Amino acid sequence: MMPALIIRQAGPSMTLQDLGRPGHMAFGVSTGGAADRLAMFEGGALLGQGASCAAIEMAGIGGMFEVQRDITIALTGAPKRARLDGVDLLWNASHPISAGQTLSIAGAPKGVYGYLHILGGFAAVPFLGSRGAHLAAGIGTALKEGDKLSLQTRPASQGPAQKLSPPDRCSGGVVRVLPSVHTPFFAAETIDRFSATTFARGPRGNRQGVEMTSDQKPFALNDQLTILSEPIMAGDIQMTGDGQPYVLLSECQTTGGYPRIAMVHPEDLPIVAQAQTGTPIEFQFVDHATAFASCRSNDQIIADLKRQLQPLVRDPRDIPDLLSYQLISGATTGRDG
Amino acid sequence: MLITFADELEDAANSAAFAFRAAIDALNLAGVLETSTSLTSAFVVYDPHILPQATLKDQITSLLNARDWSCADLPQNRKLWHIPAVFDGPQLDEAAKLAGVTAQTAIEELCQKPLRVLTIGHAPGQPYLGSLPPNWNIPRQTGLTKQVQTGAITVAIRQIVLFSGPSPTGWRQVGRCDFRCFRPEQDNPFSLSPGDAVRFEPVDEATFETMRKAGNGGATWETLP
Repeated sequence: MMPALIIRQAGPSMTLQDLGRPGHMAFGVSTGGAADRLAMFEGGALLGQGASCAAIEMAGIGGMFEVQRDITIALTGAPKRARLDGVDLLWNASHPISAGQTLSIAGAPKGVYGYLHILGGFAAVPFLGSRGAHLAAGIGTALKEGDKLSLQTRPASQGPAQKLSPPDRCSGGVVRVLPSVHTPFFAAETIDRFSATTFARGPRGNRQGVEMTSDQKPFALNDQLTILSEPIMAGDIQMTGDGQPYVLLSECQTTGGYPRIAMVHPEDLPIVAQAQTGTPIEFQFVDHATAFASCRSNDQIIADLKRQLQPLVRDPRDIPDLLSYQLISGATTGRDG
Repeated sequence: MLITFADELEDAANSAAFAFRAAIDALNLAGVLETSTSLTSAFVVYDPHILPQATLKDQITSLLNARDWSCADLPQNRKLWHIPAVFDGPQLDEAAKLAGVTAQTAIEELCQKPLRVLTIGHAPGQPYLGSLPPNWNIPRQTGLTKQVQTGAITVAIRQIVLFSGPSPTGWRQVGRCDFRCFRPEQDNPFSLSPGDAVRFEPVDEATFETMRKAGNGGATWETLP
């Protein structure tokens, strides 16, 4: 039997995710995949593997896990309290864990989606090129207590534990947006007000999208435009019937009939996905040229993360200037006091 | 990038969207990640690092100018499906009344000719079929039906939605069939493609039960010329 990761306890919305299954919009299946895509790249960098390995996505509450063989894990996304047999583990880092040890992950004080990556990834059979659950499309199921996820069998070359120190993306802030297909149909006053408003992530939200609330009057079109349903994607900001913006996330539908005021810059979408209810968000328009210039390719993101890796524990043998360190301080004769 | 051929549903604009999408696919442009169509638009998802926006816009503009897309042919190798259906939906009478016909005439009108898969969306493999005659430009319900089952045949705004899975809906259910639009266990899980055609064949309950034993709800298909 293949060694597995066993889920001893599971929070309510825990799923297997990867970078999703692009290419099936025409058949009604959106790309899906991790709500915070950057976290997938970070996990790949920490484990020295590609970003396409599936990981466990935990919304809010984490869970308890055990592995059946020695392996290295990485923790990314919304920082949660993680402990291995009761000892705290650093978030945004990779850690070796041994068969039989218990990894427990608590809720996130900030942010929403945390990720548990595993060296080599999980062996689940891909469907349409992805191992990720797309619950809105009826693909896959939520993970639950007692599930055993088989690990890939290829020998794992465990590198040294690494850490990253990514900028905080779990506290909201300014999110860059691009003009979208219906932006010109909104009055200039509405666009200005939209840009000047500090929204709060509303209570309604999931992997399909999140509502933005404010004390402003509705951001509606002057004449409610009759729009045939058109293709939509993660990042599109739809203005719903009550004139409040709704930002689409990875598991959105493939078409939508609401006007779109803007589209979130792909690199800023994790800030929206990671906003807990009440987190402030502001939208700042950038033109297409600026947006394209500031949007990194996947290869650039990987290269940047690799440069930012730091060893988690500095081995004394790796420190060339060891003698310059004051290794013992405060030594006494022992007769003091 | 979105290329829209009409602001309201017209079969010609729908054909134009299919043909235009096929033409973009045929260009095999590096950097095009995926293409799709909605009722009257073609849609291109691209990687601006590989395919700059201006280059894609130029390509699309010259394609648009190359011909009159409103008289484009539908894609090749389309299938016409014949799907046995029982028209005993809970809102058949209500829908027929809105369309200004008797229930019997309603069934005849819904089944008299093949309907085109105008687009697929909302759920995996789920088709929007049309266009129905103008008297079927009926609104959705103001309330929601809590749940219809897989195979539910529903109508609104000159279209039929054939449900690929259980779902709440604002459309009125007029009938049911046992045809599955989404079959995740198959190599190609999507039974229908945009541009295919569907003709419902009204049958009584006993005939339906016999036909569905043949598998896939008794549906058969032929290649359209």
